[in-house]
Amino acid sequence: MTTTDNPPQSDTEADTTEVPLSDAGNPIGFGRMLRKEDARFLRGQGNYVDDVRLPGMLTGVILRAPMAHARINSIDTSAAEAVDGVHAVLTGETLEGVGLSWMPTLSNDTQSVLVTDKVRFQGQEVAFVIADDEYIAQDAAQRIVVDYEPLPAVADAKQALADDAPLIRDDVEGRTDNKIYDWEAGNKDETDRAFADADVVVRQEMLYPRTHPAPMETCGSVAHMDPVTGKLVIWTTTQAPHAHRTLYALVAGLPEHKIQVISPDIGGGFGNKVGIYPGYVCSVVGSIVTGKPVKWMEDRAGNLMSTSFARDYHMTGEIASTADGTITGLRVDVLADHGAFNGVAQPTKYPAGFFHIFTGSYDYGAAHCNVRAVYTNKAPGGVAYACSFRITEAVYLVERMVDCLADELDMDPAELRMKNLLQPEQFPYTTPTGWEYDSGDYPRALQKALDMAGYEALRDEQADVRAAYDNGESTMLMGIGLSFFTEGVGAGPRKHMDILGLGMADGCELRIHPTGKAILRISVQSQGQGHETTFAQIVSQELGIPPEDIEVVHGDTDNTPFGLGTYGSRSTPVSGAAAAVVSHRIRDKARIIAATALECDPDDLEWEPGRWFVRGAPEQGQTIQETAFAAHGSLELPEGVEGHLDAQTVYNPPNLTYPFGAYICVTDVDTATGEVKVRRFIAVDDCGPRINPMIVEGQVHGGLADGIGMALMEVMAFDRDGNHLGGSFMDYLLPTSMECPSWELGETVTPSPHHPIGVKGVGESATVGSPPAVVNSVLDAIGVRHADMPLTPAAVWRAMQGSPLRTDLAIE
Amino acid sequence: MEVTITVNGTAVTRDVEPRMLLVHFVRDELGLTGTHWACDTTNCGACTLWVDDTPVKSCTMLAVMADGHTVRTVEDLDTGGQLNPLQEGFMQEHGLQCGFCTPGMLMTGQWLLDRDPDPDEATIREAISGNLCRCTGYENIVRAVRWAAEHGNGEAEATDDDASADVETSDEVTA
Repeated sequence: MTTTDNPPQSDTEADTTEVPLSDAGNPIGFGRMLRKEDARFLRGQGNYVDDVRLPGMLTGVILRAPMAHARINSIDTSAAEAVDGVHAVLTGETLEGVGLSWMPTLSNDTQSVLVTDKVRFQGQEVAFVIADDEYIAQDAAQRIVVDYEPLPAVADAKQALADDAPLIRDDVEGRTDNKIYDWEAGNKDETDRAFADADVVVRQEMLYPRTHPAPMETCGSVAHMDPVTGKLVIWTTTQAPHAHRTLYALVAGLPEHKIQVISPDIGGGFGNKVGIYPGYVCSVVGSIVTGKPVKWMEDRAGNLMSTSFARDYHMTGEIASTADGTITGLRVDVLADHGAFNGVAQPTKYPAGFFHIFTGSYDYGAAHCNVRAVYTNKAPGGVAYACSFRITEAVYLVERMVDCLADELDMDPAELRMKNLLQPEQFPYTTPTGWEYDSGDYPRALQKALDMAGYEALRDEQADVRAAYDNGESTMLMGIGLSFFTEGVGAGPRKHMDILGLGMADGCELRIHPTGKAILRISVQSQGQGHETTFAQIVSQELGIPPEDIEVVHGDTDNTPFGLGTYGSRSTPVSGAAAAVVSHRIRDKARIIAATALECDPDDLEWEPGRWFVRGAPEQGQTIQETAFAAHGSLELPEGVEGHLDAQTVYNPPNLTYPFGAYICVTDVDTATGEVKVRRFIAVDDCGPRINPMIVEGQVHGGLADGIGMALMEVMAFDRDGNHLGGSFMDYLLPTSMECPSWELGETVTPSPHHPIGVKGVGESATVGSPPAVVNSVLDAIGVRHADMPLTPAAVWRAMQGSPLRTDLAIE
Repeated sequence: MEVTITVNGTAVTRDVEPRMLLVHFVRDELGLTGTHWACDTTNCGACTLWVDDTPVKSCTMLAVMADGHTVRTVEDLDTGGQLNPLQEGFMQEHGLQCGFCTPGMLMTGQWLLDRDPDPDEATIREAISGNLCRCTGYENIVRAVRWAAEHGNGEAEATDDDASADVETSDEVTA
């Protein structure tokens, strides 16, 4: 890695100095800038996968299994094939013939593409019908006759390891049970000692229920295998186009240079669009079989029932402390439900993702976790919904445990947190489980949140509300909930992090045209994050070129360098660094060219945004645009210096970046109905310097809404037969504008010391940090130590009656 | 069965299956892909367009039910390429991220502004509560509608720049 700059060292409040503006009125560099992407979206001119239309294109639909566990004795497709307009019907048997009935998952497991032996979750892909249009395909799919032999299902993770539990993965030779792995982190002996020595130990069982990212756009693909050139082009909903291309090459045995993955505009991802789904593979096979382009767009039920879910972590936490509230240890035992195939997307070395960051933001030496993962008859997946590789579960665990401890000690949760937070001088800080937090000033962020909230006054008001309730004057209670989170984003260092052997480094190419306009090619893929704007701003900041003069190219594997894509808030920490590095390389080369043109020594030149000039004679200089023209012109360059003004890099991050934040949620709870209203939400985020504050705030807003959704509404429930009870938005509830308050945001700025421009990721911070704040607030109101999400009116009511825990099978 | 529907000011006649959904009619028959499909169940509002000046979720309305009626889609909001105040508000206030819910939000928001040129936050939140968004947490969508109310939509201080605000009488054809 080469960088020419040290990151900014100012770590005080947000820098409010005026940024120079371009002729178009945009900031030259960082600052609030309206998005380039908006012009097309606002006119209905976005180009999403479902908008792709090719001559002769056919449509495929999936026939899904109606039950969770069943052997397939036979499939009769003849009636479907006889329907007018049907071109082909694919089944597991068809795919078996070409070696594609099973595919590898992102966790080195295998997953059925179309069922060959038995169904392992409800909604699993059984057949793929290709027809002239979707209506015909759906008609034909209903004419497929499948002989299912029902089997007992494992719907409850806690039953998966029972002696008499049905074996789900009997396709794997030698497998005799449903256990996927047993994994631990931290120091068990040291932790046991800390607990033995503790004055106070609090133990709490909790479930982070199965949820779903549910992006507004479902998953889909359009595959076109050109029979003449042998080139396969796939327009698809993917957050990681390059990883998909390599996987298609590995799965289908197709030559990688003959595969082009195009990820056009993506209607939200949140982790749902990281993996490869059977529908994508079927559209590819369908195109090969029919010789025509084949589109597959899943319906909403298919999206909710079969694609990558989130969470499903049964956790038992224990926290140890001294009598005065100094935390001395934390341990946790997890039962992780991975569904029927281990399809989790995470670095190979970490089967439980980054869950072992569960020690959180506090200073104590002893911690240990054990994670046991099991197969169940549910959909595969498991790392999704803006979770930062399971840091969502980790933060929920620690932030709930801290509140449980506060309850046990009868201490104010803000005071307990302030007492135990890591101090600024402890950074870089190595956690008991091995993470090295890069930078932070945690007390300042918490204090800022408390000040913004008016914490003392809120507590006074709460006491008055409680008094009125106790007097029987009101049914209302008021809650104040806190959470403090440390995120770890920007996966990651190659030596530690890979997915299926692909290192998590990202390429970047920058080319300055002769007239000084630029094109930046990045490997990451926006699903709404605004990369076309912010990545132009990074180059603009480093080179002084107006952002409107910089075109950002992404989402097309033929036209961008290799990289692992956008998830885990990794775009800015990894590819953003790459964009800064190529800019620095351009600047260094421009210095040599400018010096040649100005007939001086490069060392005599100084940089100001957009221009090299002679030290002591500022009027003698050359703008980057003039240098670009000179680089393409007849100027004789020094030996060893090539013409043109291009640069490329592959950025291998030395560490993750660690954004953090303090959140406070104020709720009003009607004890008569159990209804929760979020009155206020205060969020102080520190993600280092903000490239575009408007976009950062937008990302935080969205994540906070996710938190309200998970805490109060969203859950994928199943009955004991494994029937999915949330297959539409009538059952899987998403927060609307009515459930969300007007967010109150604050910021502190602590740069990352190892990132070339000091920035950290932020996309998932609020999704990670907000659920415990909401839950803590509701429980603070009703005076219950713990109750499981989602805190629907019924769940709140039950918690107040003494039944706070959910099971996998709870139906609401 | 033959239907004639006036879409964005232009009468179009097509022979369609009786079961064809209106959302598929505008997307697949007319190529107006700004109207999105996302849920099947009238919950999310990504497919919101206007039928006779009223927002309708077109994933649960049949095209034949619109026979003889007028339909307006997001493609009709701008005038000669210039964004209308609500579209401009969404840009100014960062009321969109992935853009997938945006056409539906715009059609609902415009309907509100045409009836209430100066809606307060609570009114806006209620009006858009049938349109789901996973990216924005709604805050900036509310601000976007307010921006439009304050910048030339309806009765508020129209300027030359805002002349295109009079979308109700627009006869621009984008179908």
